[in-house]
Amino acid sequence: MDAVALKMLFGDRGRFLGIVLGLTFASLLITQQMSIFLGLLARAHAAVRDTPQADLWIMDRSMEAIDLGGVRPLPDTALDRVRGVTGVAWAVPHLRQPLEASLGLGLRRDVLLIGVDDQSFIGLPPVTAGRAEDLRQEGAVLLDEEGAAKFARAGRALGIGDVFEINDHRAVVVGLVKAKPAIWFGSYVYTTASRAREWTPRTRRTLSYVIAGVQPGSDRAAVAAAVEAATGLRAATGEEFQSGSASFFARNTGIPINFGMAVGLGFLVGTAVSGMLFLQFTRDNLRYLGALKAMGASDGLLLRMTLLQAGIVGLLGYGLGTGTAAMFGALAGGGAGQLAWLMPPWLLIVTGGAILCIVLGAALLSLRTVLRLEPAVVFRG
Amino acid sequence: MADLVQARGVVKSFTTGGVVTPVLRGTDLAVAEGELLMLVGPSGCGKTTLLSVIAGTLDLEGGEVTVLGTRLDTLAPAARTRFRCRNLGFVFQAFNLIPALTVVENIAIPALLNGLRPAEAQAKARVLAERVGLGHRSDHLPTQLSGGQQQRVAIARALVHDPALVVCDEPTSTLDHHTGDDIMALLREVAVRPGRALVVVTHDSRIFPYADRIARMDDGIITGVETPPRTP
Repeated sequence: MDAVALKMLFGDRGRFLGIVLGLTFASLLITQQMSIFLGLLARAHAAVRDTPQADLWIMDRSMEAIDLGGVRPLPDTALDRVRGVTGVAWAVPHLRQPLEASLGLGLRRDVLLIGVDDQSFIGLPPVTAGRAEDLRQEGAVLLDEEGAAKFARAGRALGIGDVFEINDHRAVVVGLVKAKPAIWFGSYVYTTASRAREWTPRTRRTLSYVIAGVQPGSDRAAVAAAVEAATGLRAATGEEFQSGSASFFARNTGIPINFGMAVGLGFLVGTAVSGMLFLQFTRDNLRYLGALKAMGASDGLLLRMTLLQAGIVGLLGYGLGTGTAAMFGALAGGGAGQLAWLMPPWLLIVTGGAILCIVLGAALLSLRTVLRLEPAVVFRG
Repeated sequence: MADLVQARGVVKSFTTGGVVTPVLRGTDLAVAEGELLMLVGPSGCGKTTLLSVIAGTLDLEGGEVTVLGTRLDTLAPAARTRFRCRNLGFVFQAFNLIPALTVVENIAIPALLNGLRPAEAQAKARVLAERVGLGHRSDHLPTQLSGGQQQRVAIARALVHDPALVVCDEPTSTLDHHTGDDIMALLREVAVRPGRALVVVTHDSRIFPYADRIARMDDGIITGVETPPRTP
């Protein structure tokens, strides 16, 4: 009787397509909006992910997020104090200072000057042109690819050998890096920590973060606690700092409400369109279901037939919706100037759960009608 | 011949908006095997309700109904469903053919419900489609058939699992006279046989000659049973 159930479903083409399209729309909207939301959250902690070598990020106790809400610098002694904590294998300075760059011809751009460790270059994203070691040259900087494009001068993106000024210091581009797209809308300029100190306005404190690695076999959370106890600073694992940055961004922008409303709308539209159409489909078939019941179809069999129909439309709508969302992400997502997009596998499970709720709700409402149906109704014309 | 159906003192009422309307008031009826019995009477006299009770699709409030030696009124709903599945064939006034299924697929449904595999069920359905004169339209959809042809499909569907009792509710009411005659002739030809009984509810007096016996009903009771002159 499964084939009978499917033929009944496919036979009512208009309604079948309506149900599937409604579920596709719901699935697409839920997946697409959640992917953009997650993409934006991921951009809030892109700089942390650009430094995968770091087990710990050490910062001022009041800091919550990277590159958001400002930087409260640490005393330069913090680096040595962290290096002295048991369980810390290495620790390097990390500077992040918003400044203004002068490109000449009257052009000025906001930049985030990032100073990475002079020796190890930890904190530098993958170098795509030139070499990290070239940073040791006089006035050398690396630009991130997106930033280089934003630095366009006379219609041409800056490249190796180009020169500009930061705080009246001559900066020479010696290469490019590929930084992960971030919330920061200016350009990233990478140089050594010592040069970054020279180029930033003189203050008593210049160190933004200390990046540390723990000794092999050590528990990162335990070492972080030890660092906090020894220095009075905040020490977070990379994952903690990522989630903290995402949480700070979400709390201070209200985007969860905006995206939540869009996701909720997708769910409601899916329920309203597909749920009602499915219910109507079942109600229109009641006389045939009643005839089947009179002929000896058990409640269990009718239940199975209805669930099979709901399962098929749910599966089709889910597949088409998430597939379209994935295509959309592949085409429109990507760089800093493009759509923020992150579609982790668990999001597909969440969307699947939402679609399952819609079709099960519709199926249960329909089943209530089917199960309450008296077989004798078919004799009433 | 032995009685295939026995209804004794059947009582049934319906409640609408708090008003209780008695429909069957201690109705008695017996249907012998091998016969075609017509249940006739004015609208609202309880014909269809009695048919529903005999078919085991409606609970009764008093009395007893025995079909093929089984007391339907004491069976649990699931057991009654299984009993209907095995032993009853249905012909409805509105045909109730599933529009998305072909002639053969519609006919095969009771066979599928009785556990036959799809290929076997469809093979039996094709034989029945031939017997009702629709072999050449086996793969057509119901919407491609005339009313008379649709009722032929319904008759084939009622017989495909070889039931002992076939119940027909106003099988000719939506058909013209000539087609109604054809349908009744077909019912007599393919459905009536020893060991099987047919109960036909109708108020179409033109088909009375096809009955072996006619039970007249009025106000919830059988007022008389008669034997009509045989059809020419």
